[in-house]
Amino acid sequence: MLELAIKGGKKYYGWMTLLMVIVGIGFLLYLRQLDFGLGITGLSRDVSWGFYIANFTFLVGVAAGGVMVVLPYYLHDYKAFGKVTILGEFLAIASVVMCVTFILVDLGQPARIMNVFLYPTPNSVLFWDTVVLNGYLFLNIIIGWNVLEAERNGVHYQKWLKPLIYISIPWAVSIHTVTAYLYCGLPGRGFWMTAILAPRFLSSAFAAGPALLILCCLIIRRVSNFDPGREQIQSLAKIVAYAICVNVFFFLCEVFVAFYSQIPEHMDHLKYLFVGLHGHGAYVPWMWASMILMLIGIILTVNPITRKNETVLAVACVVIFLGTWIDKGLGMIAGGFTPSPLHEINEYIPSLPEIGIALGVWAMGFLVMTALFKIAVSVKEEIRA
Amino acid sequence: MDSSRRRILQLLGVSALALTTRPVFNAFAKEEVAAEAESVIKAGAKSLKAKQWAMVIDTRKFDSEADLEPLIEACHKIHNVPRLQNKRHEIKWLWGTHYHNAFPGKAAQFLAEKVEQRPYLVLCNHCENPPCVRACPTKATFKRESDGIVFMDFHRCIGCRFCMAACPFGARSFNFRDPRPFIAETNKEFPTRMKGVVEKCNFCAERLAVGQLPACVETSKGALAFGDLYDAKSDVRKLIRTNYTIRRKQTLGTEPSVYYIV
Amino acid sequence: MNNKTLIITGLVIFLIIVLFPFWYMRGKAAPAPEPVLTPKAKAAQACVRSTEYMRSEHMQLLDVWRDSVVRDGNRIYVNPQGKEFNMSLSNTCLDCHSNKAEFCDRCHNYASVRPYCWSCHIDNPKEKT
Repeated sequence: MLELAIKGGKKYYGWMTLLMVIVGIGFLLYLRQLDFGLGITGLSRDVSWGFYIANFTFLVGVAAGGVMVVLPYYLHDYKAFGKVTILGEFLAIASVVMCVTFILVDLGQPARIMNVFLYPTPNSVLFWDTVVLNGYLFLNIIIGWNVLEAERNGVHYQKWLKPLIYISIPWAVSIHTVTAYLYCGLPGRGFWMTAILAPRFLSSAFAAGPALLILCCLIIRRVSNFDPGREQIQSLAKIVAYAICVNVFFFLCEVFVAFYSQIPEHMDHLKYLFVGLHGHGAYVPWMWASMILMLIGIILTVNPITRKNETVLAVACVVIFLGTWIDKGLGMIAGGFTPSPLHEINEYIPSLPEIGIALGVWAMGFLVMTALFKIAVSVKEEIRA
Repeated sequence: MDSSRRRILQLLGVSALALTTRPVFNAFAKEEVAAEAESVIKAGAKSLKAKQWAMVIDTRKFDSEADLEPLIEACHKIHNVPRLQNKRHEIKWLWGTHYHNAFPGKAAQFLAEKVEQRPYLVLCNHCENPPCVRACPTKATFKRESDGIVFMDFHRCIGCRFCMAACPFGARSFNFRDPRPFIAETNKEFPTRMKGVVEKCNFCAERLAVGQLPACVETSKGALAFGDLYDAKSDVRKLIRTNYTIRRKQTLGTEPSVYYIV
Repeated sequence: MNNKTLIITGLVIFLIIVLFPFWYMRGKAAPAPEPVLTPKAKAAQACVRSTEYMRSEHMQLLDVWRDSVVRDGNRIYVNPQGKEFNMSLSNTCLDCHSNKAEFCDRCHNYASVRPYCWSCHIDNPKEKT
């Protein structure tokens, strides 16, 4: 089936070439980082995790969001999603590949990555994160590939895939819960020490993942002969609507808890992000933009008139994807580290090489996603022919 | 090849024979080498021992940042801690700060003047329940069973910086670049570190192993006391018994081993 | 070009590339390495362990030393002959074998081994002046 990814029209080759150029630039910048050290990024002693880990966290969510097409189809027999489960699984694969790559580019000694497997440490959440992410990657590759191949050959997929599919559903929830547990179990970081962090991660995941999936479906309908279906897109849009509402609600709960209790340790991080603290306020416009974007997203997806208009829906999805990216990515990470445990502020701004490497990783993910989607869509087109 | 039972049995027989060649060779090889006595590993005769090393800092003995300089200089010099100009990349094992930075939960609007003016020495607290050790995915950061020091194995560290996120005291530094160009005078008896690993105070484990107290304690002229927290007769226990001491962020339950007389 | 020509051309190019080290270096085999002992090493007459042992196992020994010093806090090594050594690459091994370029590097370069020990456990040539 892989041969389907290397046959395409001019636009396909043009898009893939563009992505490969971006990947190439990112790779060259990464070589510079390997040589110099992580000092070429904007990271500091106080803010020791930044853009790479922010994107990693966000993408774990997008990967988990794929479960939102798998769950209704396999558990509740919602037949309509049968057309698009493969797209959800392939999106998950591309996202997890990006996650793992972001971790690798963030490491100070990447050549030693095997130490995580040579010296397994069950008390470390990072160890479990490695396990569940890799497990989820393999699950989706095995399931997606075999189901698609069976579909291409006109037969039912093998029986042993069923238990794997059932496992992948709670596993998807687990990858994002474990990633949240990286943060919410650390005693010195008041901004993250909240039971609602894992639920908040999941809600923003179920908004961002399906939103990206909707955009992909609309593009697929445009560039190929496969139509994912109007009903499918509308169902996904309803999922996004609920998820984004829950996400903003959870955030408002956080705001209440911090500001009604008036505990400085909890208020300071939100103050830093939304109004600035001790003269530092680089994130303020970004955070308000994120809130406004998510609010617009809520209005457009909850209102059936705007939701049913697929052009407006596309705008809503972009807006929600961006809003959740700023909130969960940059806001959560920088906000957690600032102010520092000694109550000092060293503002974190990603550097240009850092952004370049991150773009390279995103481009690589989109490369994988486009290739996989091309295979899936080609198979669907083949069957309908 | 026909897949009859005979063929399969022949194949199994040949495979079994092949599998035995290595052990047979090894057995023959062993006979050539003369048997050597085993080597032994032990601690040095002068090495200091404790169940949990702890430190008591009498902050009343320091008036200004200048008083802390010799201690910080002693520590950073013997451990080849680099001096980087870029504040984002700075590495510090021991440093001085203000009251409301060292003890953020205890800050007050109106404080005794002398408490407010004093500098406060901060370092890794070598907690008894360290969150950084819980976080490390490779056990590169671990709590030594022999003496309770939270130690770093720079060979194993993958530079993920999870321990830095986990530390509630901001005690850890990361090598954002090669530190060697920034070391003024290399102490050849202690290794430098490489880029991409985390480092922090090690309670001078290499000095304790040869019967010496940590460099900062020795330089402090009595302002710092060092000893076994679980030895009721040690200096640190005496000071804790007779003075009111506080520790940083006590409510988090990490059980820091560095006490402050304020 | 039919298949046969393409295949044979491909095979020839493949063989040229794969056998490159052999035909490029014909007659120019590098000589066996000869590490040089410092006067101090010669005077000591015996290393921590026998020469054959050190030649094949010195990295394993260093790993045992590292884990013992770092993780267990034990720093004294008593070799089978009963002699005591401080388990330290910088202070014990390199004390006698202070000529890295003529000792360690000789075999390492020959075997194309690049240990990263030297990033930390040797003199700092980049020292800030």
